[in-house]
Amino acid sequence: MSGLKNSLKHNLVKENVAMEKEEKRIYSPSEEKFIRHFSDNFDEISRHDFPEAKQMRQQAMETFRQSGFPDKTFERWRNTDPKGIFPKNMEIFDGEVPYEKKLSEIFVCEVHDFESRIISVLNGSYYQAGEEKITIDKNGVIVGSLAKAMQKYPQLVKKHLGRIMPQQDGFKNINTALAVDGVFIYVPDNIKVENTFQIINILNKPNLAVNIRNLVILGKNSHLQLLHCDDSVNRHGGLINKVNEVFLDENAELELYKLQNLNDKTTLLNQTAIDQSANSRLKINAFSLNGGMIRNEIFDLMNGENAWSDIHGLYLMDQKQHIDNQVNVFHNKPRCTSNQLFKGILDNEASGVFNGYIYVKRYAQQTNAFQKNSNILLTKTARIDTMPHLEIYADDVQCSHGASVGQLDEEAMFYLMQRGIPFTDARMLIMYAFTDVIIKEISIEPLRISIEDMVKRRLRGDLSICDRCVLHCSHPDQPVIFDIDMNKI
Amino acid sequence: MLLNIKNLHVSIDGKEIIKGLNFSVNEGEVHAIMGPNGTGKSTLAAAITGREGYEITQGEIIYKDQVINNWSPDKRANEGVFLSFQYPIEIPGVSMTNFMRTAINAKREYLGKTPISAKEFLKKMEANKKLVQIQSKLTNRSVNEGFSGGEKKKNEIFQMAMLEPKLAILDETDSGLDIDALRIVANGVNQLKSEENAFVVITHYQRLLDYIVPDFVHVMYDGRIVKSGGKKLALELEEKGYEWIKEQFEA
Repeated sequence: MSGLKNSLKHNLVKENVAMEKEEKRIYSPSEEKFIRHFSDNFDEISRHDFPEAKQMRQQAMETFRQSGFPDKTFERWRNTDPKGIFPKNMEIFDGEVPYEKKLSEIFVCEVHDFESRIISVLNGSYYQAGEEKITIDKNGVIVGSLAKAMQKYPQLVKKHLGRIMPQQDGFKNINTALAVDGVFIYVPDNIKVENTFQIINILNKPNLAVNIRNLVILGKNSHLQLLHCDDSVNRHGGLINKVNEVFLDENAELELYKLQNLNDKTTLLNQTAIDQSANSRLKINAFSLNGGMIRNEIFDLMNGENAWSDIHGLYLMDQKQHIDNQVNVFHNKPRCTSNQLFKGILDNEASGVFNGYIYVKRYAQQTNAFQKNSNILLTKTARIDTMPHLEIYADDVQCSHGASVGQLDEEAMFYLMQRGIPFTDARMLIMYAFTDVIIKEISIEPLRISIEDMVKRRLRGDLSICDRCVLHCSHPDQPVIFDIDMNKI
Repeated sequence: MLLNIKNLHVSIDGKEIIKGLNFSVNEGEVHAIMGPNGTGKSTLAAAITGREGYEITQGEIIYKDQVINNWSPDKRANEGVFLSFQYPIEIPGVSMTNFMRTAINAKREYLGKTPISAKEFLKKMEANKKLVQIQSKLTNRSVNEGFSGGEKKKNEIFQMAMLEPKLAILDETDSGLDIDALRIVANGVNQLKSEENAFVVITHYQRLLDYIVPDFVHVMYDGRIVKSGGKKLALELEEKGYEWIKEQFEA
C-alpha cells in the first residue's frame, strides 16, 4: 500500500517539476533565433495568408514556444541527434528570390528522352520568370507557387493546408509558423497527367535555413507522376525543413519519386503526409544518395477502403553521412494494403535509422501490411538502427516485418571471384544487385536508366563530386565497366 | 604437369583438415577423388581455388609450374582453374547473362584481350545452353535464383563450358541429381574433355563414374590420399564401402 502511495506521490512531484521546467523553459540559441525571427517578421511572413492560415502560424509558434525542438530524449529522435543540424551563422530565409537568370544557368538536369515539366524552388522560394508564378492548364491542372495559390485559389488551399499531418514536432511547428512558399499542384477529377512533373529544390547561398511547404491535390480517378529532387549546387551548408501534404481522392494514383543528392553539410528534413481515399494508389520510391543528414518522415493515412501503397526507399551513405527514414502507415479503414521496403548500404562511419510503424485500427479488418528493411554495412564503423513498431487492434490482419543487417555475402563474393571477376567488381556487382529490387520498380524508363546509372556511380564513389543536378551526372551512354547493357545483346 | 600438390596442410580456424596431401594431375586426365564424409575433399577444392579462411600452413600448390598458394581466387580462375560448386550460390539481382559476360570479359582483360563482341557472346551462350539442355531464357534470370537442384548443377557445367577452364574441379556435382540430369551433366563434361584440359571429380558414389570415366581414382581419408588406383578401385569401393579403408588406417 505504502509503496503505491509513494509512487503516486513521486509521480506528482515529477509532474510538478515538469511543469516548473516548462514555465522556465530556457531556449537554445537556435530556438531563440526562430522565435525572434517570427515575432520580428510576422507581417512579412504572413503577407500572402488568408485569416485561417495566419491563425495556424500563430498556433504553431505558440506550441513551439512550449515544446521547442525535439532532442535525443524523444523516442523518435533517439538515434538521430537534432542538435548539430543547424548551420553555423544560420540565416533564416523566407524572402522571395527575384528571377535573375535562367534556371539552366544555375543547374542543368538532363535525362535522355525524359520529358518533364520542371518546377523549381530556389532557396525556399518558387522560382520562375514573370509575375504570375501560377498557371492553370486547359484541362484544369494548376501548377505554381503555394503563396500565389493562397491568394488565387484560397478555398482549395484552405480545404487542405495543415489538415493531415498527424504528428507534431518542433520542426513541423516551425515549418507551419514560418513557411511562406512552396509548390502547389492540383489535378482535377479524371485527369491523367501525361508529363512527369519534376520539382527541383536547391539552395545556392551559404548557411540558409529555409522552410518549404508543398501541397499536392489529386482529384478522383486522376493520375500523376511526380519526381522530387533535392540537390546541392555548391559546398555550402544549410537546413531545408520541408513539409509535403498530399491528398489522393478516390481512385487517384500518385507515383512519387524522391531523389536526394545533397552535400555533406546540408540537412534535409522532409515530412510527407498522404491522405488516401478509397481505392487510391500510392507509390513512393525514395532514393537518398548523398547528404549530411537526411530525415524522411512519411505518414501514410489510409482513410478509405481498398487503398494501396508501396513505400520503398534506397539509401547509400558514406563518410559521416546520416540517413533517417521514419515510415508510418495508418490503416484506418478495412481492406487496405501497404508495403514498406527500405534497403541501404552504409560505408565508412555513415549511420542510418529505420523506424517502420504500422498502425491497424480496430475496424480495419482484412488489412495487409508488410514491412522490410535490409542493410549492408561495409565497415565496422558504419551503423544502422532499425526497429519495427506494430500496433494492431483488428483481428483479421496479415502483417509481417523483417529487418536484416549484414556484411557483404562472402559466399557470393567467392562465387563471383571463382569465375574470374576481380574483388572490386564482384563487390560492386553484389551491392548493385542488392539495390536492383528498388530500382527496377521505377516505371518511367528513361528515369530508371538514369537512376540505375547514378546508383552505380554512387557505389563507385563517383557521384559525390557531382556539382549539378544529380540526374545530370548520369551518363547511360557511357556504361560503368562491370555493367552489361542488355539492349546491345 | 598441370597441377602438382606437395605435402599440403590446410587449416580452418586453426583446425587442421588436410594433413600432408600429395596429388598431381596432367593435361588430358580425369581424376576421381572419393572417400567418406568429412575427410577433406571439399577443403581440398577450396584450397586449390583460393577460398578465404582456408589457410595453407605447409606445402605447395603448383599449377602450370607456378606456386599459387598466395594467388587470389580470381587470378586462379583467370589462369584456368574452375570449381563446380557443391552448393551453387544464389545471387538475386545479377542476371545470368550479365554475370557470364562480366566473367568472360574479366578473363579476357586479364589475358590482355579486348572484350567479347555481343554477337560472339550470344552465339556462345546458345551453343552451351544446348550442351547442357538449358531451355529457359537466361537473360532475365538471376544467378541460380529459383533454380531447382538439377538446374543449378546444369548451370555449373554451363558456366564451365562458357569459361573453358584448363583444370575443372567438380565438387559432388552428382549429389541431388536424378539419373537424367546426371546423364546430361556427364555428357557435358565428356564433350568438353580434351587433351589440353583436366578434370578432378569429387564424389561419394561410383554412379557418376559410369558416365565420366576416370583415368585415376583416389581415396581420401583423414586429410590425406591413402589409396590410388585405376577405375576399378571405384567399383571395389562401391562393393565394399569405406569401412575397410577406415579399419586399415585406424589400426
